[in-house]
Amino acid sequence: MKDIIEIRWHGRGGQGAKTAALLFADAALASGKYIQAFPEYGPERMGAPVTSFNRISSKPILLHSGVANPSIVIVLDPTLVASVDVTEGMPDDGILIINSGKCPSEIKKELGIAGGIKVFAVDASGISKETIGREIPNTPMLGAFVKATGILDFKEMLEDTRKKLEKKFKNKPGVVEGNIKAIERAYAEVRS
Amino acid sequence: MAKGNIVARTGNEAMAEAMRQINPDVVAAYPITPATEIVQIFASYVADGLVSTEFVPVESEHSAMSACIGSSAAGGRTMTGTSSQGLALMAEMLYIAAGLRLPIVLAVVNRALSSPINIHCDHSDTMMVRDSGWIQIFSENSQEAYDNMIQAVKIAEKAAIPVIVTTDGFIISHGMERIEILDDADVKNFVGEYKPKDYLLKLEEPITAGALDLTDYYFEHKRQQIEGFKASKAVILDVAKEFAVIAGRSYGLFEKYRLDDAEIALVAMGSTAGTTKVVVDELRQKGLKAGLLKPRVFRPFPKEEILEALKKLKAIAVMDRSDSMNGHEGPLCAEIKAAFYDIGVNKPVLNYIYGLGGREIRPEDIALVFSELSEVAGGKEKPKVSYLGVRE
Repeated sequence: MKDIIEIRWHGRGGQGAKTAALLFADAALASGKYIQAFPEYGPERMGAPVTSFNRISSKPILLHSGVANPSIVIVLDPTLVASVDVTEGMPDDGILIINSGKCPSEIKKELGIAGGIKVFAVDASGISKETIGREIPNTPMLGAFVKATGILDFKEMLEDTRKKLEKKFKNKPGVVEGNIKAIERAYAEVRS
Repeated sequence: MAKGNIVARTGNEAMAEAMRQINPDVVAAYPITPATEIVQIFASYVADGLVSTEFVPVESEHSAMSACIGSSAAGGRTMTGTSSQGLALMAEMLYIAAGLRLPIVLAVVNRALSSPINIHCDHSDTMMVRDSGWIQIFSENSQEAYDNMIQAVKIAEKAAIPVIVTTDGFIISHGMERIEILDDADVKNFVGEYKPKDYLLKLEEPITAGALDLTDYYFEHKRQQIEGFKASKAVILDVAKEFAVIAGRSYGLFEKYRLDDAEIALVAMGSTAGTTKVVVDELRQKGLKAGLLKPRVFRPFPKEEILEALKKLKAIAVMDRSDSMNGHEGPLCAEIKAAFYDIGVNKPVLNYIYGLGGREIRPEDIALVFSELSEVAGGKEKPKVSYLGVRE
């Protein structure tokens, strides 16, 4: 199963954890990979902790069980770490990417990460407020994710996401540009 | 060999896409989680003018199937979708559709039945209507859901039997995967124009549908229905052959995965079959002769063919994602055991009830089943029925 990369997204209902997983899967598909993207469905309430998942592989993916040991975890909301163990099941060489203005070493201390898990941080909330005009951290986190993991080609991912957003926001071209700018900024600003 | 366009689709999106390409005359539907999206997406195709379908938003699933029966009897190609309680509410009308030999296609996203109320996957809903006279085709993933929907139209119309196509709720219905979509023109040519022989709107040759049929002829008509159902196995295989030509993907009544030289095997339907394949591969690497049989067509039950595929095994585990509440075992297991009786074979068959109400089924759970199966093949005794992944 090692040839499959497993990813977990943490967010709060309404923040776009599901959409981020879908956008990422679509971008990975465009680069020729086999993909899965699926949310964990619980009671659907705005603000409640939610998770969604990806599997990415160069071979067909047959597994249909949940993701228990993600090597990459993305946290869309920094306040989640107070109530959710975001590192649960992660291997020692995992990568954690968090939406936070704090520096990664500080976050590592706060979360009590002693082992080899690499922590990356970017202020996706701040970026989205400046570029999109609202706090929508999921698209900038895509940029940080690609920078931290190198799983996808950044330019290809950006182009594919632009296409998807143009389709979704046919009548709101400003939203598309804001999102693209957010992804670019997060790609440039993410720290480890 | 890729023949179509590679896209990312959830099971629901894939089924809606198939429906768009089929462009049925009528869709009458009522929403229910987790099947809602199928008809919701399809309704947007209707609104956007991408299909010429008459969409009938009704006030319940009973009405949905009633409207489908009216439309199909009138001579229209007819489709709908539902889940769980919705299917339960349709049950009365399902028997009527089957008895009238109406080729309706119904997408069912498998979901547990109340109570307790639950929105997640198990197979209780379609098992509840297993004797309704509908063909039942299970899908492992989004690709199969798409392919099965397209084949279902042709199967239904050729056999004059309505067809249910299933996916596993949320796991497949809301899980996005890479799939191959055929060109619109290929699907259009494949399903062709629907030309029923007899129908209510054929004014030059009027018929009656749904007439009273008492002790005089009811039995004869049921006997014909039973024979038609038996004959549908051949229709399903013929349609699969035709489909392989346009899609490059082959389907049978079931799929054998590393089964021919296997000593122990699981029988599993739906998405769990995929996870089982991964475990089979791992066990094979360790030298264990493990295999899988994945029933695709549960109704009609391909008894002789499944027996042929299973008879050489030392021990078999049948995975049931529902219970029959018969006090002893699950529905799939009962079918398989009954079949073995006919050929006088008494083989160790273990039954595992799993995944009720969406309970997670992990590769480790399946590996545990294989390990118990190995012990049984080696002569050990194990409980006939186990409940996998439940807290006792």
